[in-house]
Parts: sequence; C-alpha cells; structure tokens
Amino acid sequence: MEAPRIDSGRIAEVSRGLERSEVESRKSVFSVRDLSVAYRGKVALEGVDLDVHQNTVTAFIGPSGCGKSTFIRCFNRMNDLIPGAKVDGTVLYHGEDLYARDVDAVEIRRRIGMVFQKPNPFPKSIYDNVAFGPRVLGMKGSLDERVESALRQAALWEEVKDRLKDGALGLSGGQQQRLCIARALAVEPDVILMDEPASALDPISTTRIEDLMHDLKREYTIVIVTHNMQQAARVADMTAFFSVAVEDDGSGRRGILVEYDATTKIFTTPSDKRTEDYVTGRFG
Amino acid sequence: MLVAFGTLVVLLVDTIVTGWPGLGTQLITGLPSTVADEAGARPAILATLYLGAVVLLFSVPIGVLTAVYLEEYADRERWWNRVIEVNIQNLAAVPAIVYGILGLAFIVHGIGLGRVVLAGGLILTLVVLPTVVVAAREAIRAVPDSIRQGAFALGATKWQVVWRQVLPAAIPGIATGSILALSRAVGETAPLIMVGAVVYVPFNPTILGQYTALPVQIFNWTKLPDAEFRTLAAAGAIVLLVIVLTMNAVAIFLRNRYRKQW
Repeated sequence: MEAPRIDSGRIAEVSRGLERSEVESRKSVFSVRDLSVAYRGKVALEGVDLDVHQNTVTAFIGPSGCGKSTFIRCFNRMNDLIPGAKVDGTVLYHGEDLYARDVDAVEIRRRIGMVFQKPNPFPKSIYDNVAFGPRVLGMKGSLDERVESALRQAALWEEVKDRLKDGALGLSGGQQQRLCIARALAVEPDVILMDEPASALDPISTTRIEDLMHDLKREYTIVIVTHNMQQAARVADMTAFFSVAVEDDGSGRRGILVEYDATTKIFTTPSDKRTEDYVTGRFG
Repeated sequence: MLVAFGTLVVLLVDTIVTGWPGLGTQLITGLPSTVADEAGARPAILATLYLGAVVLLFSVPIGVLTAVYLEEYADRERWWNRVIEVNIQNLAAVPAIVYGILGLAFIVHGIGLGRVVLAGGLILTLVVLPTVVVAAREAIRAVPDSIRQGAFALGATKWQVVWRQVLPAAIPGIATGSILALSRAVGETAPLIMVGAVVYVPFNPTILGQYTALPVQIFNWTKLPDAEFRTLAAAGAIVLLVIVLTMNAVAIFLRNRYRKQW
C-alpha cells in the first residue's frame, strides 16, 4: 500500500490523541529493552526500547519489512510458534519478564489477546467462535452472557443476535474482523494486539474498527500495527516509527525503531528526518 | 482416456449382462453350495462387511494419529521423522500380496490369531493405512495456519488447537480419504487368499471365526467348471461393485457437502 500524503485535514484528527505527559503518567504495561528478533540467524529487528502505557492506543508504523509485525508478536510470544525464531532482550509485562524461563506462553496469550491482519474466524458458528476461548480456558460463569457481552463490546451484537448459530464464514469481512475482536475480548484480556486489523477491509468497516478502538481503550490497552498512517493518526495516542536499516557490511536489512512519541508530535513535528520523510510521503 | 473409459464400459456391460440372471435374493441370502441353483454368497457378503468394519476401526484412528503427529508435532529436521515419511510413501506402493505374506507370517502364525476375520481385517488395514495417512495429512495441511494462530492467540494449548480446531476442520477430508481407502480394502482379494479366507463357509461368519470374502468367493466361482457359476460370479461382481460404488459416492458427497470456503 502506498503511503498517503500529509494533508491539512488530518491534523485536526490527530488531536484526538492524548498528550505525551498524559500517556506517561499512566502505568506502564510493557517495557521493552534492547529487543532483537532473529529468524534462523537472520536479524529482523534490532535494539528496540519502548514503553506501552495502560489504557492507551499505541501504533507501530513504518515501511514493509521494518519489523513492526515481528515486534508486536513479541508481546504475546507468537514468535515462539515460528521455528528458528529467537528473541533477545527483555520485554517486561507489568514488571515481569515475558521471556523468563518459568513463564507459560499459553498463560501470556490468555491475558494478551491478538487480532490478525486477515479476519480468521474459526469454521464454526458465530457463538462457538466467541465461546472457544472461555471454553478452552475453562472460565466460570454463564457462557451465554460472556458471548453476548463480548459481541456487544465489539459492536457486533445487534447484527448477529438472531443468528448466533449460523456459520461465522457467512459474515462479511468487516463483521468477521469484529467477531475476531469479540473472540479476543471474551477471555477478558488485559491487552489487545492488533496486527493491521483493517488492512483487508473496506473504508466503512475500517471506520467501525477505528471507532471501536476508541471505545475499547477505556478498558483495555491497545497496540496496533498499521500500514495506514492516517489510521495511526486517527486512533493512536503514541506512535512508534520503524524503519529499515541496510547494513554497510552487507549483512542484510534489519528493522529499527527510529522515533517514538505522542502521535501528534510524530505527525506534525517529528524530531527525526527519517520520520518526517515517511509521514510526509517522501519515503515508503 | 477414451480407450480406458470404453474398456470400462464394455466390461461393466458384459458383467451386468452375464450376471443379471444370477442376481436375486438367493445370491444375497443363500449359503454357498456345490449346486449353482442353490448357491448364495451371504457369508461372503457379511464377512466383507465385517472386514470393512475392522479396517475402519483400526486404520482410521492409527492413520489419523500418525497424520497428526507428522503434520503438527514432528520436527522435519529429525532423521527419524524423515524415515517415517519416506516409509509411508513406500508402503503405499507395496503390492497387496506382499502384505498378505507378511500377515500370514506375523498375524496368522506369529501372534497365532489364526485364519479369522480379525486377522484378514488387520492385514487389509496394513494395506490401506498409507492411503489413510496420506489423505489425513492432506486434510490437516489444508486447514489454514490462520486458524491455528487464532486459537493459539486465545491461550489454547497445542493439544486444544489440534483437537478442537484442526481436526474438526479436517474431518471432511479425512472421511473422504478413509472411505476411498475402505472401498479399496473391500475389493482386495490377493492378501486374503494368502491369509486363508477359505472358500466354503456354509455359516454366518464371526469376527474370530473362519470366513470368506466376496472377492474371494467370486474368484472361486470363476474357477468352477459349471457354466452357471460364471453367472453367479458376475452377479457377485455386481454386488461388490454396488458396495464399492456406493461408498465412493458417499465419499464424493461428503467432499462436496463440506467443501471449505476459506
């Protein structure tokens, strides 16, 4: 996807985000220090330091191959599932090291939900999709209420309440993605990671997902990877810009974190030239 | 292609024309006899159904578990997993008669099971097991990775992902493959002759008793000098064809019914 150009109308939208001081006054959910990820010895991302704060939306933007998707997968240890992936450095989650030896990745994923780029509902009914998480985790309480509450939070309840037993694959793309969000919410996570959640959706569905993020951040901490800079400007409080560094010695291309600041700042007065080039559309 | 199809049609028509007079309740309910007019194939038909049941009972669980192991758990870098894979491919190409000899040595005499339905079923299980494994692997591989990732992201364990998402999604493919394998097993003759499907069984078979199978019965009838037995053989072939084609039709129906939309 081509990087959209900066336009004056967008600045007004940026102002929905919080000030940096406001964000930093909130509790830190993730503290990442000197994080590097390699796949089969090939470094994909190197030397990242940043903090994600509670009840905020944090966006990762940057060109293809900058490691932003690799990075978001470090937060719920989805990289564990890729053979040959190696994560170095520390990721603290509420002060605890996510990669400590005694930490169970399954327990992590229960508390840190994820929504993927392409909607991936299970080939089951709408109800069973949302109920899957609570069922495998053996959560107590009424399953029906849990499903309804998750679907309501994902703004999907009104559209599907009369056909909960229908197959989830019959829903539209936007509905499927909201179903995936509901599915993630049903296990009552603390954080929701979204890896380009709207890149496969039409503009109206995208708007709905973005509105949803504004509502959800009251109760959850949201981290989103996006290709779409306007989307980051619209939804995020903090934005991290990643880029690709090409090594002089020919050891390959690796992702680096260039700048991390309040979204307003990143999109209006970035400190780094590379960020400015990217957000003004001169690069990427 | 056309030649092959034409030959098939000629064969079919010839069989049906020859066998038509032999078809009747006598064939399906009667006991074998030396008199063509009184001969039937009830024990053979029943034994064939039992054999099919034994094959399903053993080949599906073993085949599916093998496929799950190879697709979801095995590390392809390890030599023993590659050995298993190569072996499964090779086993699929081994002639059925070789399985018959193996079965005679190990199952009939080795374990001392004797010439019974269970032994025959176990040998047919060996014959079709590679087919079931390959079909189940295909079906499991066809389940998109996004489904696994989605389940993992909710905090499901590997076991839960496999049993609650991957396998249910793969069931149509597994069922189709298993039925096709079963219909092959039901038509096999050679290994059963090896492990002693006797030809004259004037009583209903039991799982641990002597038996004959429909293809063996047909084969035997064609050897008898009396021309009327040839009619019976053709009629028996029609019955066998109906059984096999019905199973294949069920397989095709399942495949179309559950064709996935992802």
